[in-house]
Amino acid sequence: MTTAQTGEVVKEPSVPATPSDQRERDRMRRRLARRRGGGWWPYLFLAPWFVGLFGLTIYPMLDSLYLSFTNFDLLTPAQWVGMDNYNRMFAEDPVFWDSVHATLVYVLVSVPLKLALALAVAMLLNRDLRGIGLYRAAFYLPSLLGGAVAIAIVWRQVFGGEGLFNDFLGWFGLNTGQDWISSPDTALYTLVLLAVWQFGTPMVIFLAGLKQLPKDVFEAAAIDGAGAVTRFFKITLPLLTPIVFFNVVLQIIDAFKTFTPAFVISNGSGGPLNSTMLYSLYLYKKGFTDLQMGYASALAWVLFLVIALFTAVNFIASRYWVHYDD
Amino acid sequence: MSAITPPRSSTSPLHKLRSATGTRRIFIHTVLIGVAIVMLYPLMWMLSSSLKPDTEIFTHPGLIPTALRPENYSEGWSGSGNSFSLYITNSLIVTIGAVIGNVISCSLAAYAFARFEFRGKKIWFGLMLGTLMLPTQAVLIPQYTIFYNLTWINTFLPLIVPKFLAVDAFFIFLMVQFIRSIPRELDQAAMVDGANPWKIYWKIILPLMKPALITTTIFTFIWTYDDFLHQLVYLQQNDKFTVPLGLTLFLDQTSGSSYGAMFAMSTLALLPTLICFLIFQKRLVEGMATSGMKG
Repeated sequence: MTTAQTGEVVKEPSVPATPSDQRERDRMRRRLARRRGGGWWPYLFLAPWFVGLFGLTIYPMLDSLYLSFTNFDLLTPAQWVGMDNYNRMFAEDPVFWDSVHATLVYVLVSVPLKLALALAVAMLLNRDLRGIGLYRAAFYLPSLLGGAVAIAIVWRQVFGGEGLFNDFLGWFGLNTGQDWISSPDTALYTLVLLAVWQFGTPMVIFLAGLKQLPKDVFEAAAIDGAGAVTRFFKITLPLLTPIVFFNVVLQIIDAFKTFTPAFVISNGSGGPLNSTMLYSLYLYKKGFTDLQMGYASALAWVLFLVIALFTAVNFIASRYWVHYDD
Repeated sequence: MSAITPPRSSTSPLHKLRSATGTRRIFIHTVLIGVAIVMLYPLMWMLSSSLKPDTEIFTHPGLIPTALRPENYSEGWSGSGNSFSLYITNSLIVTIGAVIGNVISCSLAAYAFARFEFRGKKIWFGLMLGTLMLPTQAVLIPQYTIFYNLTWINTFLPLIVPKFLAVDAFFIFLMVQFIRSIPRELDQAAMVDGANPWKIYWKIILPLMKPALITTTIFTFIWTYDDFLHQLVYLQQNDKFTVPLGLTLFLDQTSGSSYGAMFAMSTLALLPTLICFLIFQKRLVEGMATSGMKG
């Protein structure tokens, strides 16, 4: 920048105001216009991204679509089998349905709980409080650590037969000594609790949204005698719907992709009785443990379509409940 | 923040409403402290368990150990096949490679999207945003076969090279937003002076977008360090294992006698993320709030 400025200072007085100056300026203007278009420059800057987009996203998507109609074990060439993988998935594979069941329960229970908690805490934090930064940090920390194997390991011990959770129940005389991780009825809900524990990211986003709400509307409502509950449901929530929508979309996509805790908590098995066989874990097992890469590719495409479907439904439904200013 | 909170006029009805302060404030603090304890308790429990003798971890639920056993750390460090220092070295290679890759490739792409007009720009930009929603699982298997054919399996390359190809669209998007806030006059002044777009990128844009680069660095570091699925798929032999994979070895051999060591190494494994968090706490939280996304 400094070179640019000094260059300018030196050049300008030395150029005399002659017709050639005019021509010079025209040339410069043309050059600037060309630069905005940039010729081949933008493609040069985008080159790595193009390679990544075609080589690591578009081609793999198409390849995986092709592989989903084959039997492929990585070591021998893929064999075309038509719709077999899809037929097997929907008609003959009970574990597939176990994983669909576990994943839907996980998504549909954890996402609403997580968002409700995130909003409630954000409402509490949305005021002039001493130590607000400390609270935000404390609530956000688990979200940052949440994806780590170490956290999943801790979770496994916390909900084990002799773990912290049973000690906690013991204070209320409720400790039955149950091992929550190895019971098929409860194992999935330990994963749900882990997801809910990580409400920090949506909370911070809610908080940013709450800070932008117009204060005068609340004052006016308060003057008119609207109570806290009325103000929340009639003003806060409607004004916040774009943020709610944003969080819903992101959290659903995220929840569908959950892998690490399910793998660690069940020791890679998805057990007990496939109760923690989240879809991503099943896909991993089929592809990389059983080397049924054709079948796993079919699973991957179904996952992709389901996530796209959920997102599309979200966007369509949003027309009816999301309130935009303009 | 003071700009956002309303002025404290005692006549404001809202203020009156809020200023049953005394008891109300105490109530709110009590609730928040309660939530904070629940949030942080599992972490404190892990820390205290890492210092307890195995016999005490499950029989003595309190946070304060009756006997300290720091040997858990030394035993965990040398235990489970390889020394933990190898796993940490491997994790550092992968994460540093990923950070460099993301910072370079994403800033290049972002500069092009933010500063040039070219044919099909809207479509390319839309595709870039679309890849944000694509689950990695959907391309995992064909990507694996690509790297398998390149004989890159059991090397760090599949974990690092894609980052040099700007596959994390999230950061491109973040940087595009940031570059748009840099005045164009700066570019134009340099252009009049004869600087080519590369010079403008290198000498003007890159130095000015330091905050966005730092955010990218922190999040790439943490997310790559914690990314278990890809490391599990691509790294197959113990000597290539990273920290998350090294930790799972403790699970396979949980014979009841190594709980202390397992908690000790779990605590250590969280340290880099924790340190990042403590140093950049404000930036992390604000970054999440303004740009949204992921967690």
